[in-house]
Formats: sequence, C-alpha cells, structure tokens
Amino acid sequence: MKRRDFLKSTVATAAVSAGGVPAPAIWSSAKAQSRAETLLIVSESGPNNLDIHGVGTNVPGYEASWNCYDRLISHEMKEGPNGVPYYDRDKFKPELAEDMNVGDMSATFKLKKNAVFHDGTPVTAKDVKWSLDRAVTVGGFPTFQMKAGSLEKPEQFVVVDDRTIRVDFIRKDRLTIPDLAVIVPCVVNSELVKKHATAEDPWGLEYTKQNVAGSGAYKIAKWTPGVDVTFERNEAWTGGPMPKVRRVIWRVVPSAGNRRALLERGDADISYDLPNKDFVELKNDGKLSIVSTPYSNGIQYIGMNVTKPPFDNVKVRQAVAYALPYQKIMDAVMFGLSKPMFGAAADAPTEVAWPQAHKYNTDLAKARQLLAEAGYPNGFETTISFDLGFAGINEPLCVLAQESLQQIGVKTTINKVPGANWRTELNKKEMPLFTNVFSGWLDYPEYFFFWCYDGQNSVFNTMSYQNPAMDKLIAGARAAAATGDKPTYDKDVRGFVDLAFADAPRVPLFQPYVNVAMQKNVSGYQYWFHRRLDYRALVKA
Amino acid sequence: MLKTIGDRILTTIPALIGVVLVSFLLTRVLPGDTAAYFAGPAATPQAIAEVKAKLGLDKPLPEQFAKYVVDLAHGDLGQSLTTGQPVLADLTSRLPASAELTLFGLILSLVIAIPLGVVAAVRQGSAVDHICRVVVTAGVSLPVFFTGLILVYVFYFILQWSPAPLGRIDVFATTPPTVTGFYLIDSLVVGDYEAFRSALSQMLLPGVTLAIFSLAPIARITRASMISALSAEFTRTAKASGLSPRRVIVTYALRNALLPVVTTLGMVFSFLLGANVLVEKVFAWPGVGSYAVEALIASDFAPVQGFVLAMAIIYVVLNLLIDLAYGVIDPRVRMSS
Repeated sequence: MKRRDFLKSTVATAAVSAGGVPAPAIWSSAKAQSRAETLLIVSESGPNNLDIHGVGTNVPGYEASWNCYDRLISHEMKEGPNGVPYYDRDKFKPELAEDMNVGDMSATFKLKKNAVFHDGTPVTAKDVKWSLDRAVTVGGFPTFQMKAGSLEKPEQFVVVDDRTIRVDFIRKDRLTIPDLAVIVPCVVNSELVKKHATAEDPWGLEYTKQNVAGSGAYKIAKWTPGVDVTFERNEAWTGGPMPKVRRVIWRVVPSAGNRRALLERGDADISYDLPNKDFVELKNDGKLSIVSTPYSNGIQYIGMNVTKPPFDNVKVRQAVAYALPYQKIMDAVMFGLSKPMFGAAADAPTEVAWPQAHKYNTDLAKARQLLAEAGYPNGFETTISFDLGFAGINEPLCVLAQESLQQIGVKTTINKVPGANWRTELNKKEMPLFTNVFSGWLDYPEYFFFWCYDGQNSVFNTMSYQNPAMDKLIAGARAAAATGDKPTYDKDVRGFVDLAFADAPRVPLFQPYVNVAMQKNVSGYQYWFHRRLDYRALVKA
Repeated sequence: MLKTIGDRILTTIPALIGVVLVSFLLTRVLPGDTAAYFAGPAATPQAIAEVKAKLGLDKPLPEQFAKYVVDLAHGDLGQSLTTGQPVLADLTSRLPASAELTLFGLILSLVIAIPLGVVAAVRQGSAVDHICRVVVTAGVSLPVFFTGLILVYVFYFILQWSPAPLGRIDVFATTPPTVTGFYLIDSLVVGDYEAFRSALSQMLLPGVTLAIFSLAPIARITRASMISALSAEFTRTAKASGLSPRRVIVTYALRNALLPVVTTLGMVFSFLLGANVLVEKVFAWPGVGSYAVEALIASDFAPVQGFVLAMAIIYVVLNLLIDLAYGVIDPRVRMSS
C-alpha cells in the first residue's frame, strides 16, 4: 500500500512539475468516503437496453430493470438450501400495491398512496394498465413471458379507479399471480414515455432503452454502454425498506482473471460470473464469501433428436444415458459446483418436484447391451453440438461425453456452434445430439414440462419429443394445479417425471449453481428466480 | 503540395468503395443469425421473423445494400444491437480511447526501440546487439494478452504498484469533459490533475504491453536500415571528413535510415489500433477493437461494418500523412513528386 501511494505521489509530482500548478491535497479522503458508500460490481457484460420490454434486451438488462422499476407485487424471502435468503415461490408481498385481493376469476390491486415515479408524478392505475398492455402487446420475450401466466390481452387489465386496478383471468391458471411478480410486468411512467412515443414506436421503446421511466429503488445516474452503469438510490422509494447502498457502480470487466484479481485485492465488491474453478479456489481460500445456489427449475442436459435414427429408438437413448460420464463431469468440469441429477437409488420413490435425479448411472456394460438390443452392436457415428457462448463448461463436457461414448462404439464429432448461431440451430431441430441448459423463471414442474417435453414442440423441446401420453399428463397436472386438486396433480407430476426418465429424450446431468463472490463486508445477498443481483437488499459494512 | 494531397485522396476513393462493399458482404455471409440472437431466449420462429423484419434483414441483399449506402451518405452507420447505441456515437466515444492507448504505447515503444536499434547497428555483434535481439524476439513471441495478464498479475496483484485494471480512469475519479477524447489531454486542458494522474496510471500497464509487442518491428527495421546507411558512401565520406561520430550517426545515417522506420511506424500504428483487442479485453479498455469483436460474436452487422470503414479511413489518412512525412525527411521524395 505504501509503495502504491509512493508511486501515486511520484506520478502526481511529475505531472505537477510538468504543469506547474499545485495538486489538490484532498482527493484521497473524498474518494475514500465515496468508495465506502458505493458498491462496485464487476461482470463480463453489461446491459444493452434498460427496458425489459425492448427488442433484444440482454440478460444484464434484466438486472437494470429489476432494480429500477417496481412491480405490483414481489416475493417474500425464505431460507434457501444453503442458508442464504431465497425467494419464496408461494408467498407474495406488495411492492407498488398495498393490497392484493385474489378472487375466483380476477385479482384486484390497490396502489400505495404515496408511490411516485422518479420524476415525481404519482403512480396511478392508468400507468399500471398502460404498462401491462405494453407487456402483452410489444411482442418477443415480454409478451411470451406474460402468456406463460395466461396474461394475453389488454382487456384483462381494468382500471377501477385512480388507485385500483383489476386483472381478469382468461382461464384458471396457477401461474397468473406468480407471473405478475416476474421482471416483465414492471410499471412504467406512461405519461413520460408517451411524450417520447412516435407513430412507428407507439410504446416509446427507443426512449426507455436509454432512460429509466420507473418508480424503482434505484435511478440510473450514468450509463456508458459496454463500459459501466452507475445507479443512485431513489430517496423517495416506497416499494419497501430503504436500500442501504447509496450508489452502485457496475463495471464491465471482460477478463475473468482480472475480475478475480479485483475481488482478491479488494477493489471490487461483487462478481458473479467467474469460471467454476476460480470459485472453488476462492472458496477454499476463505478471503471472500462465496455463495452457491442451485438454479431454480434449471438443468443442464444431453438432448437427443428423437425424430431421426438412431435416437428415435428408446434403447439407443437409454444406452447413451448409461454411457455418460456423470461423475467425471461433476468433478472435472463443474469442480463440484452443481447439484447431481443422476444416480438416484434404485428404490427411491419419484417425488412431486422438479428438478430431481434420475436413476441412470455410468454403466458401460449395460449401455453396450442396450445398444446391441437396439440393433447397433458396433455402435454408430454422430455429432455432438454445443453453444460456444458457454464453452467454458460445454467444451470439456462434450469432450468427456465423446470419450465415454467412444467406449460403447458411438463415435462422435464435436460441433462447436457460435453463440450467435446457437438459437438458430436449436430452432431448426436438426442437431442429433447436443448439450444445453434450460431454466424457467416460474418454478413449477408442469411449467418446465410444458415447455420442454410437450407435443406442441416449442423451441425448448429441443429433442422434438412428441408423445400423447406425456401431453395428457402435463395437461392433467396444469388443470389440477389451477383447481387445487392435489391428488391428481401429484399423480400426474410423478407420471410425467417417470415417463421422461424412462423415455429419455433428454438426459439431465446436473443443476447448475449461481455462484456469487463477495467481499466479507458485503451482506444481504438474496437468490432470485432471475438469478441476477437485487441491490435493494445488499449491505456494505 | 495541395495538389499532391488532393490527388492522393482521389486515389483512395475506389479503395473505400471496395471496403464498403466487402465489409457489407462479409458480414452477411457470417454464419450467425442476428434476429435469432436478439429475439431472446424464448423466441418462436414467428418472433424471430418479426425481429428480422424490424431490422430490415428480410429484404433482398441489393436492397439492404442500397439502404446501407444511402444511410452512410447521411452519416448514419446504423444501430448497434449489442450496446443499443448508434454506431457512430459508439465509434466516436471509443476511437479516442483506442487511439490514445495506441499512441501512448507507440511513443513508449519508439523511445526504446529507435535508440536500441541505432546502438545495435552501430555496435554490431556487441552485447547491446544481442540484448536487442533477445528483447525483440521475446516481445514479438509473447502474445499480448499473456504479457498483459503477467503485468497485471505482477504490478497490480502482487506489488500493488498499479491501479486496478478497470479501464481508462479510476472508477471514483470524474471523467474529464470531452475536448479531444484523449483523457490525458482533456484533463490537462481543464486543469484536473487528479484525473490526469488517474488516466496516466491506468494507461501505463496497457501502454507497456503494447510497447513490448511493437518494439520488435521498429527496432529491427531501425537496425537494418541503420546498418545499410552506415555502410553507405555518404557516411564514409562524413567519417573521412572527420565529423564527430555523433554527427555522423544522428545527422547523416539516422536521418537517411528513418524512411523505412516511418513506413513501418504507420503500419504498426494502424495495425495496433485495430488489433489491440486482447489488450483492451484484459484491461477492460473501452476501445474499438473489443467493441468490434463483441459485435462480431453477436453477428451484429452495423458495428462491424462501421469499424472496418473507420479503420480503412484511418489507414488511408495515415498513409497520406506518412507520404507527406517522407517529403519532410527526405527532400528527394518531395522533388520527385
């Protein structure tokens, strides 16, 4: 530290002697104070849009939206699997609303009296309706996410009076209320945005891309795209207890090595996208607090295209399931930082939960036998594809899988797909064998299965798996959940989990962890379904 | 003189047209699909088609190209999808960052490489010559990201001499108001010495990284052209006339040896400006190189085209400047033109 100060002063002196003007003597104390009140977050990439309703808003943009906008309701916290606060799927708390009244076919929300937007105008039911209308009509991801909770038409949102809004249900759906607490249904300052709307852009997306028009706990003081975002606390926030951190600076540091160095040196306060190896080493080192939480409703898996030989044969799929090197992947790729989704005890009952472990294990003899029964005693050749955007995990994973499949005679060529092209490839549904991750914001088994296994063949049903028996079970569980018919629900959930494992169109490998590294003096981290940071709860001592 | 410049600019027009066409075509044959990438994780084929239509990517190529050229003529380079900003704004804010760093690195490199090359040429086979060879080989064979990371590790992580590698200026320092876009100059203009100090200390490590890399071509060319200049007849005449060694080397040999050095310098500069992507990544430097690469990864066409075009223009301007510098250094060039 002393040497550093020395160098600083030397350089400063040099500058001074060059310029001939005395240097201010007070900078370090002023800087130290602002440092203590500021939380410095470093991550690989920053937002490209501050509005989640925008076209192509990236995931870092969701974090900006979450902290700068309010929703009608949010989730309570409970204690999570690792003792860290974890959002409670079933308990809601008011945010902009002070009261929620759920009836049979509608829910009514009463807005807080003193809630105001950042520009000081009060939040009214009109703003809420405009914002929800916007979410269900702009198209793309926000509209899709609203639809997941049966929120589809502007007519569903009714202004009762200035402070009361009613959401009508178009059908009974257990996911409607939870869907009002995700990031998308944020409340936007409609008058402000309308001023900037044009005929081509009726929802003012260009304006909200660059500017926050919300009532949330943080305002954006400065945003340099691709470099940093500075958040300032909104002193007039009414959505909850006043956040402790006055200022948050989110700086983009592309090199993972440097993010780690910054943390270890104490220059950065939080980082959450480091390679697993770094997290394990930091954890063992003990200088920082490292929190690892399994993704809610998320799984990394090996998928197989069931529409084409050889993977149209269930025995081939089961053979692959017995040939995958599960434990090696856990140890060598994930460094233990993930939850195994394989090798459940043979007599373990199927639970009414998702994700849960399947009963396959690495058993090459059994795999060979299944392959012979399927008519491929000498194996076959195929390609295994992965998304280069997540090469850190995907590449070693595929190499291990390749090595293991080789031993049962399945020769694979590895196909690396650039990140920009991955979704196009998934949409084509032609890759025979691949690894991918899916995770849903709404943590319900039937939600996961509806997107990933249902015969409607959505983009997430990457295997093109279509089975009427499966569809019936999923529909049954959804209907039972909406009416609260627990016995039927439990039976159907167990049914579709069993069927998914027996038919094995995709083989779950593990449940990834969200890893967050923080300085010891930073506390209050909460796990949210969106897996991004909630600045409102963070505390810097 | 003016006519020379005018003629030179005229000859660059076909080259620029070529650059516009090629950069447009190249970005279109990239394998990625912009629309699918930006339609988000939950995109249905219909949503992708909507995004495609919004971005105008559903139109035939000639039509897209015509629109691109018309926009270009109006000074509109399009929108970047990765940063959400107009490409022109991105480039104007990022180009000074790259240029400042590159210039700084290059000056650092010149200060070391030219004397090193001169001494190595004057004392061929001496210890200095060998040191020159070792330094140059090491510099060129160490990949920049490696040198960068090692420097960060040693000077930031272990020794704590250098500030955190967090871009152009300390996170808590205020950015100087933009005059030239060069923080070192801007901070001096407004007399903000704290910002100057911060910007300078942020720039030292990446500057040194670039300098180490660019030492090699400059030192080698200096040495080679000095050797030939020293063995030339005019040098022998100068020596025979009893001029001081200093005068012989600096005034006669070096000035004559500078032409190839200046040529190399121009090439090294324009090469570094675009190619210091890795240095920018390591030091979180908000420059154009990392900008272009990020856009490329996301199949984001507009920034890539804008970047290529900007680089082409810079290259053309640099070459023009170098040609003019020839005339200053060597009157023969001036006369022959």
